[in-house]
Amino acid sequence: MAGSTLEIKDLHVEIEGKEILKGVNLTIKGGEFHAVMGPNGTGKSTLASAIMGHPKYEVTKGSITLDGKDVLEMEVDERARAGLFLAMQYPSEISGVTNSDFLRSSINARREEGNEIPLMQFIKEMDGTMDLLEMDKNMAQRYLNEGFSGGEKKRNEILQLMMLKPSIAILDEIDSGLDIDALKVVSKGINKMRSDEFGCLIITHYQRLLNYITPDHVHVMMQGRVVKSGGPELAERLEAEGYDWIKQELGIEDETVGQEA
Amino acid sequence: MTVETQLPYDRQYVSQFADGRGEPEWMKNLRLKALEEAESLPMPKPEKTRINNWNFTRFEHDVKGEAITSLDDLPENIRVFVDQENISKNLIVQRNHSVAYQSLSDELKDKGVIFTDILTAMKEHSDLVEKYFMKDAAKVHENRLTALHAALLNGGVFLYVPKNVVIEEPVQVIFWQEDDEAALYNHVLLVADTGSEVTYVENYISHNTEKESVANIISEVIAMDQARVSYGAVDNFASGTTAYMNRRGVAYRDAKIEWALGQMNDGNTISENLTNLMGDNSYADAKAVSVGRGNQSQNFVSKIVHYGKHSEGYILQHGVMKDRASSIFNGIGKIEHGASKSNAEQESRVLMLSSGARGDANPILLIDEDDVTAGHAASVGRVDPIQLYYLMSRGISQKEAERLIIHGFLAPVVKEIPIEAVKEQLTQVIEGKVY
Repeated sequence: MAGSTLEIKDLHVEIEGKEILKGVNLTIKGGEFHAVMGPNGTGKSTLASAIMGHPKYEVTKGSITLDGKDVLEMEVDERARAGLFLAMQYPSEISGVTNSDFLRSSINARREEGNEIPLMQFIKEMDGTMDLLEMDKNMAQRYLNEGFSGGEKKRNEILQLMMLKPSIAILDEIDSGLDIDALKVVSKGINKMRSDEFGCLIITHYQRLLNYITPDHVHVMMQGRVVKSGGPELAERLEAEGYDWIKQELGIEDETVGQEA
Repeated sequence: MTVETQLPYDRQYVSQFADGRGEPEWMKNLRLKALEEAESLPMPKPEKTRINNWNFTRFEHDVKGEAITSLDDLPENIRVFVDQENISKNLIVQRNHSVAYQSLSDELKDKGVIFTDILTAMKEHSDLVEKYFMKDAAKVHENRLTALHAALLNGGVFLYVPKNVVIEEPVQVIFWQEDDEAALYNHVLLVADTGSEVTYVENYISHNTEKESVANIISEVIAMDQARVSYGAVDNFASGTTAYMNRRGVAYRDAKIEWALGQMNDGNTISENLTNLMGDNSYADAKAVSVGRGNQSQNFVSKIVHYGKHSEGYILQHGVMKDRASSIFNGIGKIEHGASKSNAEQESRVLMLSSGARGDANPILLIDEDDVTAGHAASVGRVDPIQLYYLMSRGISQKEAERLIIHGFLAPVVKEIPIEAVKEQLTQVIEGKVY
C-alpha cells in the first residue's frame, strides 16, 4: 500500500482576528520529506498548528485533505487517528499522568476496544525506542513532560512519533534548543521512520537540522505564504547566503506577517 | 439563627451506655462532662460554609454489627478494600458499632504493639488511653460537636507502637457503616512512641443514599520524638451522611507525620486536618484530594502550626468540582514566634468541571517569626484547553483526555496510598464520582 497524501490548498488562518496564513499551498505524499523554512514570524508554526487543529487558530479559507478526506471537519483526535502527527514546539506538561500510561492510551486509541496492545509488547517496544533515542529509562515513569529539559521534551516527541507510526508527521522546530549530540540522536529517530508509508513536514529556521535529515523538497515561507520551493540545494543556498536574496528577488521588504520580529 | 442540635440522648442515656460497655470510670465521667458542656458550647464555624440546615441530630446511636468468621463473609463492596493478594495480618473491620473482624500478627504482639478497638483498649490499657485521649491533639471543649463526639463515642481503634518498633506492613482499618442510620462517633487514637514507625490506612464506607445519618470523627496521631507516621485515608460516606471529620497530629522532636487523605464523601462534609509541629526538626506533609458532586457542600481545612525550630510543613489540596457542588479549601500555615528556620509551603488547586459548581481556594500564611521561609500557590480553573489539545493530538478522545488530566490532578494522594486494593478503590471511587 502506498502512503497517504496531505493536500493543503489556499489555506488562510487567523488567530484572534488577525490573519497569519494568506493562502498556503503544499502537498506532501508518503515517502517524501519536505522542509518548510523561513525567518521567525512568517507563519511556519501557524501552519503546523492549523493542520493539527489547535483551538486558537481559525481556518477562514482553503482546505486541508488527507487522502481526499476533509481534515478541517475532523476533531483533533480524529485527525490523529486518521494518520496525522504533530511534534510540538512546546509540548504540554501534564502532572500525574506517566509518560508510559499516556503513550499506551494513545496507542490504544487507534485500536479496537478489546484489542489493546499487550502490556509486554508495549514495554518492549517502548524500551527499544527509548534505547535508540538514548533516553533514560526512568522517563517512562515520569509525569508527561513535567520537569523535562528542553532536549528531553524533544526526544519525547520523537519517541511518540516512533511509537504511534503516523502516515504524515509535522515536526515543528524539533531542533530548537538541542545541542549537536541530541540533534544527531533525534535525527537518527526521524530517519528511521523513512519509508514509502511515511511523509514528513519539517519546520525549521535553521539549515542545521537538514545536515542530518535530507529533505526531498524545500519550501520558504514569508508573509504567510510559500514564496519559493526547490530541492535540497535551496536549503544549502539559504545556509550560505541567508534569506535576503529571496526578499530581493520577490521585492519583499518585511518578510513577517507582523506577529513578531 | 440557631442550629438545631437537641439530641434525644440525655445524661441518663449516656451513663447507661457507658455502664453497658463496661468502660472505666474516667471515660464515663469524661462523657458526662462533655455532654453537659455540649449544651453551652457553640457549633463549629467553618469559614464561608453555612451549616445551619445540615443534619446533626437525626441518627441511630447504638447499632450492633454481626461478627464474621472469615473475610470471605464480607459483602463484595467491602471485601474489595482488602488486598486479596496480600491480606493484611493487621486488620480490623468495624461493622456499625461492633468489631466484626480483628487480627494482629504474633510478631507485632510480641513486640508490644497494641492494635484493638477503642473500647477494649479503654478496658485493657486504661492508663495509656487516658493519657492521650483528647488531651494533646484534639480537645473535648473545642465546640459542640467535639464535645458530643466525646459524649457519644461509639466506635474506633487504638494503635500503640512501642519505642523503636518499626512496623513494615501497613496496618488497616475498615469502618463499615452497614446500617443506613447508624451514626459513627468514631475515634482513632494512634500513638507512635519514640523512634517507632508505622503506616496506617483507614476506610470509611456507607451506602445510605436515602436514609440520613451522622459521622462525627476524630483521629489523633501522637508522634513522639523521632517517630514516623504515615496516615492514609479514604472517606467514602454516601450522600445521606453528614460528616464532621477532624484529623489531628502532634509531632515532637525529629518526628514526621505524613497524611494522604482521599476525601470522597458524597454528603455534606466538614473535614479538618491539623498538625502541630511541637518539636524541633519536626515535619508534616498533608496531602488531600477531593471530588464534589451533586448538591453537596464541603469545607476543607488543612492546617500546620509550627512551634519547633527548623520545622517543615507542606500542604497540598487538590479538588475537582462538578454539578452544583460547592467546596471551600482553606490552607493554613502558621509559624509561631520562636519557630525560627521553619518552612511552611502550601498548594491549593481546584479544577471546575461545570459552571454550576463553586470552589474557593484560600491560602493563608500566618507568620510570627522573622527567620523563616514560606510559600503558597492557589488556583481555581477549568481543564486547560492546551493540555486537552496536546493529548487529543495523539488520538486520545476528549473524554479520555479529560479523564487522564483529572486522575493526574488527583494522583498526589492516590499514589501515596500504600495498600494496592485501597489505591484501586480510591481510583474507582474517583472514576465513579467524576463520570
